[in-house]
Amino acid sequence: MTGPQLDGLCVRDLRVTFDGFTAVDGVDLDVPPGDIRFLIGPNGAGKTTLVDAVTGLVRATGSARFGDRELLGRDVHRIARLGIGRTFQTASVFEELTVVQNLDIAAGATRSWWTLARRRHRVPDEVAAALETIGLADRGDQLAGALAHGQKQWLEIGMLLVSDARLLLLDEPVAGMSHEERDATGALLETVSRDRTVVVIEHDMDFLRRFARSVTVLHAGKVLSEGTVAQVQADPRVQEVYLGVDTASEA
Amino acid sequence: MTAAPLVGTDPASAAGTPAGGRRGRRFDGPARTAAGFALGAALLFAVAPLTLSDFRLSLLAKYLCVAMVAVGIGIAWGRGGMLTLGQGVFFGLGGYAMAMHLKLADAGPGELPDFMQLYGQLDELPLWWRPFASPWIALPATVLLPMAVAFGLGSLVFRRRVRGAYFAILSQALAAAMVILLVGQQGTTGGTNGLTDIQGFFGYDLDDPVNQRMVYFIIAASLLALLALARQLIRSRYGELLVAVRDGEERVRFLGYDPAGVKLVGYVIAAGMAGLAGALFVPAVGIISPALIGIVPSIEFVIGVAVGGRATLLGPVLGAVAVAWARTALSERFPGTWTYLQGLLFVLVVAFLPGGLASLWALARQRRSDPAGARWWRRSRAADPAETRTEVSAA
Ligand SMILES: Nc1ncnc2c1ncn2[C@@H]1O[C@H](COP(=O)(O)OP(=O)(O)O)[C@@H](O)[C@H]1O
Ligand SMILES: [Mg+2]
Repeated sequence: MTGPQLDGLCVRDLRVTFDGFTAVDGVDLDVPPGDIRFLIGPNGAGKTTLVDAVTGLVRATGSARFGDRELLGRDVHRIARLGIGRTFQTASVFEELTVVQNLDIAAGATRSWWTLARRRHRVPDEVAAALETIGLADRGDQLAGALAHGQKQWLEIGMLLVSDARLLLLDEPVAGMSHEERDATGALLETVSRDRTVVVIEHDMDFLRRFARSVTVLHAGKVLSEGTVAQVQADPRVQEVYLGVDTASEA
Repeated sequence: MTAAPLVGTDPASAAGTPAGGRRGRRFDGPARTAAGFALGAALLFAVAPLTLSDFRLSLLAKYLCVAMVAVGIGIAWGRGGMLTLGQGVFFGLGGYAMAMHLKLADAGPGELPDFMQLYGQLDELPLWWRPFASPWIALPATVLLPMAVAFGLGSLVFRRRVRGAYFAILSQALAAAMVILLVGQQGTTGGTNGLTDIQGFFGYDLDDPVNQRMVYFIIAASLLALLALARQLIRSRYGELLVAVRDGEERVRFLGYDPAGVKLVGYVIAAGMAGLAGALFVPAVGIISPALIGIVPSIEFVIGVAVGGRATLLGPVLGAVAVAWARTALSERFPGTWTYLQGLLFVLVVAFLPGGLASLWALARQRRSDPAGARWWRRSRAADPAETRTEVSAA
């Protein structure tokens, strides 16, 4: 499952407009291969819209390249096949299928019709490996709908792993998780980033301090600041619009 | 689909168990399937022919044709989420293809079918009738023609992300359009009357009760074959993928699949099944007409499936037969009220038992043999409603 090579994400002058309202306003973003980049910013800053644009869900102008491939202008499923995987703010696993079935589907986007027409007689190796990685090895036969909230998020990440995604875009993966679940998720991100590039949208400052390798702050559709956690925290503009408020309310 | 826990118990137990293979049920897997098919075969091939009068048996043959359509709807709607209210179109294409061939065979080589002579506007067979003189073209056409039309329509519609109620209405409009077309071309289609008074079936006289029985056996065997096909489909990886598309089309797209293609396959297969059903309906009943394939019968196909349980293998079949039987029994005694009764039944099932009667069965079985599963079901029912809501809206 080790991807053939690590690639980075390179976004230039990205712009998304909804009926005259500019949600993403000329964003430049470089995520080097193997990074764990945290994307933060107040509600409505355009974080989710940025991910939507990169994954083909909304139309955008500018450029978004992964490795040497331009992503903009392609269909959603074609972008996914280039190795871009994402999760959603609300966990969206296939609730009426088992954990193994969820992973097996995620692993199979390039299967032939002949393979699809037959039954899965055993758990494929990559699915078994992912089950271990996401800590659900003993839940393979359980319905995904019966998983706890945190487990669903892990299953979603597992689905990206088996789908051979080399860029993971995770939208608020630890929202609603307990402390233990957050720790486990953080450890999972570190494992995963060994051979992948990871972008995490997150609100939780504590989680960010512990697991971010680099941070980009968005505000009103623009990049406000970028750097290490320390650099970003020290940036007065960031304190003004975001961190200041948040650390104050956290304390 | 808000039917989550109830309907959900079935796909999981159907597809999850063989893969995991850990649950040590006494009676499961291939043995159970073989037993199920043996029981079905015994009922259809021995019990029914031995106990039913010729008249009842020919009614049953008709119901089994409806059940074949239902198997397809179970795949397209139950598994794929495509509420197709226009299966009458495919049923009709299969039926007309078969009836055209039988009419030509009845008339004899070089002769016009009786109704064309009656209207007297034609001195020779219309061009588009001619291929159907050959059984080698007409028979495959009963299945391939509906599949081709479904492919054309599905290609246009699924890629444009027409779904839900829009898809339902569109498919229904197709049924209406087909009826208008048939009625309008009376000289070559038989108009409102349809193609009637079919005498022979590949050399066999359809008035002979022995041959009617043969037709019944062909229909029963075809239904079992379609069930076997549907079962394989449901349990295949494609079947799992189809459920995933039903419950999270967008999510599937982000995994690198094109959901339009996945849906198209299910829709085309359902159309082929309806076409075969229509083709066999013709020798069983001796007629095919616009009234048998229009909007009303198209909706009736779906009602049976909803009542029986759309997401299960057998639910659609049993529901279709039950509703068709009730229709015959009740509409004889209370003409006029059946339509309302049927509508009421549909609303009740959709509102209160979205998994159909099959979900009651699944639940009872689970309570008895799998206490853990039943506990899970109760727990998931009692789960935080807020959480359930976000999950539903996410899907
Ligand atoms: N589909 C849409 N149509 C119109 N406006 C949208 C749409 N999606 C997002 N927006 C607007 O774009 C802005 C950015 O939203 P979003 O990217 O979801 O913010 P974030 O994820 O940073 O909280 C918000 O003001 C939101 O209301
Ligand atoms: Mg967001």
